[in-house]
Amino acid sequence: MTKLWTLLLAVVIGGGIATASMAQDGPLRLTITDGVIEPLPFAAPQFQAENPEATQVAADISRLVAQDLAGTGLFREIPSDAFISQVSTFAQPVAYPDWRAINAQALITGAVAVSGDSLTVKFRLYDVFSGTELGGGLQFAGTVPGWRRMGHKVADAVYSRITGEGGYFDSRVVFVSESGPKDNRAKRLAIMDYDGANVQFLTDSAAIVLAPRFSPTGDRVLYTSYESGFPRINVLDVASVGRRQLSTAEGEMAFSPRFSRDGREVVYSLANGGNTDLYRTDLTTGGHTRLTSAPSIETAPSFSPDGSQIVFESDRSGTPQIYIMSANGGEARRVSFGEGRYGTPVWSPRGDLIAFTKQNAGRFHIGVMRTDGSEERLLTASPLDEGPSWSPNGRVIMFTRETLGATGTSSLYSVDVSGRNLKAVAVNGGASDPSWGPLQP
Amino acid sequence: MVFLKKAAVLGLVLATAACTNPDRFGAGGADAGASGAAGAGANTGVVSPASDPTSPVYFSQTIGDRVLFAVDTSTLTPAGQQTLIGQAQWLNQNTDYQAIVEGHADEQGTREYNIALGNRRANAVREFLVSQGVNSTRLRVISYGKERPIEVCASEACYSQNRRAVTVIAAGGLS
Repeated sequence: MTKLWTLLLAVVIGGGIATASMAQDGPLRLTITDGVIEPLPFAAPQFQAENPEATQVAADISRLVAQDLAGTGLFREIPSDAFISQVSTFAQPVAYPDWRAINAQALITGAVAVSGDSLTVKFRLYDVFSGTELGGGLQFAGTVPGWRRMGHKVADAVYSRITGEGGYFDSRVVFVSESGPKDNRAKRLAIMDYDGANVQFLTDSAAIVLAPRFSPTGDRVLYTSYESGFPRINVLDVASVGRRQLSTAEGEMAFSPRFSRDGREVVYSLANGGNTDLYRTDLTTGGHTRLTSAPSIETAPSFSPDGSQIVFESDRSGTPQIYIMSANGGEARRVSFGEGRYGTPVWSPRGDLIAFTKQNAGRFHIGVMRTDGSEERLLTASPLDEGPSWSPNGRVIMFTRETLGATGTSSLYSVDVSGRNLKAVAVNGGASDPSWGPLQP
Repeated sequence: MVFLKKAAVLGLVLATAACTNPDRFGAGGADAGASGAAGAGANTGVVSPASDPTSPVYFSQTIGDRVLFAVDTSTLTPAGQQTLIGQAQWLNQNTDYQAIVEGHADEQGTREYNIALGNRRANAVREFLVSQGVNSTRLRVISYGKERPIEVCASEACYSQNRRAVTVIAAGGLS
């Protein structure tokens, strides 16, 4: 299934318009072909409450599962008033003809039980047209206050079974929460669920904080802070919210940090005497390695998934462009050759694409290209888009969109890697610099 | 002295054009810069510090505390060099003070690149001041990238004021 998806994704990247449709004469699956998008219709009757205490949370979880799936743009929910058949118990056999009649291709049923603070969620996924269950029933256990995670886990399992890909709903995003006027903006680190729920602040706004980056497991966050009076890199422990300054190689300013894929090293920019180069610091040994020694600006580094290469931004050619070099430094090859300026490259977790910010003719774009620079595709356009971050499965990109002028504010947006499904992430107040973390265990 | 006056007049013109929000770093700027400016103001003890040529206020308002840059460059303009000659003379005469040179960029660029660009601009100013005899140990640089625009409109009129390096006088040693 993964192979199929990869193959079909290649078609999309090749410039076609994505279409999701179901092969109705085979098992339930999401395929992508050229043409117009046709989201896969599904029915998600309200999950059964197995005891009276579970009534509200059962309703909430079934709504969230439907929102997650419909929010991808790949699925379309069939409203419950179209249902012919009702699902009264979780164990009841499915009346397939009733669901076929309303063209539901997938049916999701579930049951929720509450005992004190604990929550149990069971669900089943049915392939309506072939009249079979897709995968076995699954059960998740959690807490009542953490009910959203249970809903996201069900949606991830459904997404994964139908597409053959990992999901991204039970994940979190660390970002910069912004308030105040543009010329004296207050910034603080915050963390939220991928959909903007459960915002928690990680720092106060006493000092400017910029561009947080999750560790691969989501346990730590690197960010640039002006706490010391000068830009330095901090490491923050997400669970304790404890933070410390990273001991970097010596320089006037350290910024633009990112973890290696094993979480043991940090690559970053160090500025000295007007020149900015890339360095790597081993968190275990504290040893520093200088990776570039050019008189130009080298910044925004990002490791390849296998850790062997680093993609970064440099103006060594005269304008900012994207380059790739060995993770140990040395010769770099330029990969961006289109018109305009390229920055903030981020390697996809799948390894196949590089997301970037592009400026051209007074507009900003978020785009993707293959790692050799070919097949560049711009996904967005606005007066100021920047800072892409990949979803854990490499299917969606979240980024900052800023409106210009005195009243300009920053917001988070997401867009599918195909360029479809551009939408704002619901966050109160200004928000920028998202870093999308891994799926939670 | 004649030369200084000429530089000062030029600086005044620049300052009038650019300095519409002198308090912008009070809340979010470098700690050393903010506290230094406040301390200097309290120490002068004169009614009109702007007319006292040894005061930091005179430095920022009469000589001119900032120079502007063209898009994506850190090259000092002739006007900028004149301002910096005045700054260097003031620093050479008022040796109790240190300075932090702040580099800034307009919003037409990514956050990371603009921090690096602001560092380039601040260092261009520092190197020029050192070439004019200011001891390099009295100068520190910082870049705010595009984080602290002084003008907020979305046109070149504002962007040109935001592409700047500002010399902030600080009393005492630099941390």
